[in-house]
This record gives sequence, structure tokens and C-alpha cells, in this order.
Amino acid sequence: MSERYEIRFSGSGGQGLILAGVIFAEAAAIYDGKNAAQSQSYGPEARGGASKSEVILSDDTIDFPKATSIDLMLALTQEACTKYCGDIKDGGTLLADEDFVRDIPNGNFKAIRLPIIRTASEDVGKAFVANIVAIGAIAALTGRVSREAIEKAVLSRVPKGTEDLNRKALAAGYELVERRTN
Amino acid sequence: MSRARLLQGNEACAEGALYAGCGFFAGYPITPSTEVAEHMAKKLPKRGGVFLQMEDEIAAMAAVIGGSLAGCKAFTATSGPGFSLKQENLGFAMLTEVPCVVVNVMRGGPSTGVPTGPGQSDIMQCRWGTHGDHPSICLTPAYVQEIFSETVRAFNLSEKYRTPVIVAFDEVVGHMREKIEIPEAGALSVVDRTKPICPPEEYLPYDDSQGDVPPMANFFEGYRYHVTGLNHGPDGFPVNASPRIHTDQLRLLRKVEANRDDIARNVEYRLDDADVAVFAYGICGRSAKAAVDLARAKGIRAGLLRPLTIWPFPEAQVAALSARARAIIVPELSLGQILFEVERCSKGRCRVEGIHRVDGDPIHPAQILARIQEAL
Repeated sequence: MSERYEIRFSGSGGQGLILAGVIFAEAAAIYDGKNAAQSQSYGPEARGGASKSEVILSDDTIDFPKATSIDLMLALTQEACTKYCGDIKDGGTLLADEDFVRDIPNGNFKAIRLPIIRTASEDVGKAFVANIVAIGAIAALTGRVSREAIEKAVLSRVPKGTEDLNRKALAAGYELVERRTN
Repeated sequence: MSRARLLQGNEACAEGALYAGCGFFAGYPITPSTEVAEHMAKKLPKRGGVFLQMEDEIAAMAAVIGGSLAGCKAFTATSGPGFSLKQENLGFAMLTEVPCVVVNVMRGGPSTGVPTGPGQSDIMQCRWGTHGDHPSICLTPAYVQEIFSETVRAFNLSEKYRTPVIVAFDEVVGHMREKIEIPEAGALSVVDRTKPICPPEEYLPYDDSQGDVPPMANFFEGYRYHVTGLNHGPDGFPVNASPRIHTDQLRLLRKVEANRDDIARNVEYRLDDADVAVFAYGICGRSAKAAVDLARAKGIRAGLLRPLTIWPFPEAQVAALSARARAIIVPELSLGQILFEVERCSKGRCRVEGIHRVDGDPIHPAQILARIQEAL
């Protein structure tokens, strides 16, 4: 198992986190030509409840498709953050929404707080593209997928007519990270 | 041209059906199998096929049988509660020798259970779910690419042996996405049922004088015949208290038993020198492969037997394994079903130990690794 990298996208049902995982996996597997597996876990509710989607990246065949030792976890809600952060590995990263995750649980990981949902609703103009803002931020933070691949994957999976909005959301996600590191 | 795509297991299953030439889908949506129906609804009509959402799973199975008799390769997909409802008509299709494919994406049970979590506790139902002595062919793919190719194989076996074939996988592999390549047409073989060559007036639908699988005429092509769930004679009409019943029942079993080599498919991984073997299918097979690699990295000689055909059960392979391994570990998402089959075939020659989990999460490689280490 060489170089397995595990990402978990978590939040509330309806925030598009499964789609976020699919897009990330598609960028890596199809457009960047690596191995990727995406899986999901959700309750019977269509909206609400804690929801998660996971992406495993590897140079090797991926047998176990679920995350067990997470390199990076996204949390868009407090509930998901509290419920799912226990699987972050020592030295891993928690990327939490600055407004919706108030309490960062204790753990041997690095916490990064970014205004993902606020950026989507105020800067991009639609709260529902928060998942795409998050993808941009994660792509920038991890460097695990190329920008070209992630952009192609986003545009191939979003509804027709929303391409500009989603391109803007992705760029806003990258900028959140770039501004932070500058 | 074949090209890599990121597909969900359920989507790959539907793509496999289309590749095999499926022309008819009838079903009733149920988590975690719904995407199979969604994908068929999108794709099948564009290819001239028919997609029907029925009022329930019982009717869906009946429609599948009708579609197949009318000459279409027919298909349905469901999960536990729906699979229970299909059992009566599944038995009807077995006795009347109507080819069809039934996909069961397993979740937690019994009853409504855990709709969105994986399970493997329908595996004995795949063998014995309908009443009476009957054969069962059940395929258990674990990777998205395998779901595609095993679904194609399910249609082929069903057409070749005139019998229903079940494809059983679980929520994790049904819902997960990974890279697959759909082969070009012709790259995988596609089998069609053998039709009669005699004129309609001479046709006997269950005449076994030329072999165990009688040629099958499609309805509406000039051949008229009777189809009944009662035991029947060569002409399809009921017989009662006749030696024919016994010989015909034996023939139905023989269609599968005598063709085990053609039907069976197993993946053996690092088994040659294994002190401890794992027997696992579906998501547990994936966990087990990772566990075997972890064990090997620690210098432990572990290996994996992963059946792609779970029914008929790989009796000879398990027997051989039990003669050379110290222990066989059986991880499964049930409280102990396939464990008993492994025990049956091992006949006490080695230890057989189960790992069981039914809380809606899969068994992790670390759990299997721990048991491999204990078993040494």
C-alpha cells in the first residue's frame, strides 16, 4: 500500500458532499490518471443528519475503500465535525467551516478554519456552491489533484447553465487557501 | 472505443446488463439498489428496450419472467425486503426454466433493517430463499469492474442454462465509485439462448431427450406452449405422481451441478504457501485482501480465497484449503451464514473462525489482520 491518501468530506445531508467526493475522485482517477475510490455514508434522511463521503487516492490498487486513517477531513457542520473527526490520523488536517464549526475537538491534528459557506453565499452568490468552494480549498491545500483536472471534473458533473457559477466557486476556494498562506 | 470512467457499482451493473443485451427491466426502487434502475431508465429506452416501474417487487419479478418468455433478456434489481418479495416468482422462473437476472444489493436486515448500510445476511436466501429443491447460481463481485463483468456473465449463464441467476453485492460496492473500462462490443462473449430448430407443431418446451437444457422458443414467434409452476411433462402441461417429476427435478439440479467448472469462478490471492487463509466475498473480500497484504508485510503467510461464484459453493476449493492451512477465517457482514458452509466443507481438517459485523459498517482490514495473527 504505497502512498495512500485519505480525504473525508463531512457536513449535513443536502450540502452536496457526496458530489464533492465524486468530483474529487473523478479529477484524480480520470483526468489525472491516478487510482481513486469514492464511497459514502448517509442516513435515511434526504436532508439533514450527518453525512460523509470519502475519497482514497493511491498509486496502488485500492482494496479497502473506506477511510480509516484520514489525512484531511472537511467539516461543514459542528455535528459532523464532532462525530467524524476521531478518524483523523496523527498529524493530519481538519478543515472546518469558520462560522458553522465553533468548537474544534481536541486531537493530534492541525485545524484550519476557513469561511467556506460565507464565501459561497456572499462572494460567489449562492450558498449551495459551498461544496465546490470546499473542493477548491482542498485541492489547493493538498496539491493532490491538478487544477486543470479538478476544473474539468467540476464542469462535467454540475448542471448545464451553472458552469460559470461553479468555476467562480472553485476559484474562490483556491483563493481562500492562497490568501491564507501569503 | 473503451475509455476509463468513474462509475458507481450500481451503474456498472446496469452497464453490464446493457452490454449483455438486456432488453427489458422491470423493478421497484429500493435503497441501496435504486441507481441500477435509474441507470436502466435512462439508457434502456434509447436502445429500443423497455423500462417498467411496477407497483411492487412481486409484480416486477412477474414482469421480468414475462419479458424473458417474450424473447428479451430480462433483469431486475432490488435489496433485502424486495428480494424477499421476489422469492415466489424466482421459484417459478427456476421450475419453468425462464432465464433472467436478479440483482440483490444487500443491506442490513431482517425487514427494513438498515437501508443505507451494507449487509451480507441475504446470502443463504440467495441459495435457499424460494421453497423446494432447486439449483442456485449466485455471483458475488467486489470491485466496480467486476460488477460489470460478472453481470455480463450472469446473463450468459442464465441464457445458457435457462435458469435465473442472482448477482449479490453489498451497499459499499454498490454505491462506491472507482475507475472502470467498459470493453468494446465483442471483447467479452455474449451468450444467447438456444432456440428450437423444429417446426412449431413439433416443439416440446421441456423435452430433455437431447440434453439437460431444452431449446427455448420465444413467444410471438409462432411457437405456442404452456408455462406452469406445477411440475410438468415435456409438453409443459402438468403431471402428477409421475416418475417424470423425480427425473425432472434431478435434471434441474444437474444443469448447475454438472457444469460447476463452467459456472465457478474464484480469485486466489497469495494462497500457495498460506498458513492462514481468509475466505471472503464482496466488501469483506476487499478488506481481506488488504489484511493479507498487511500480514505478509509482517512476514505472516496469509492468503485469500475470494469466490466470484458463491453458489454453487466452491466446495472442492475450500476442502483443499482446509487440508493445507492451519485456519480459515471467514469475515462476513452477518452473524454467521457462509461460515457454516466453510465449516461444512472443511470437515474439521482445520480451524474455521468467523468475524461478524452487522452495525452498518464494513469489517476493517485491521480487524481481519488481528484475527490472522491470533490464528497462528
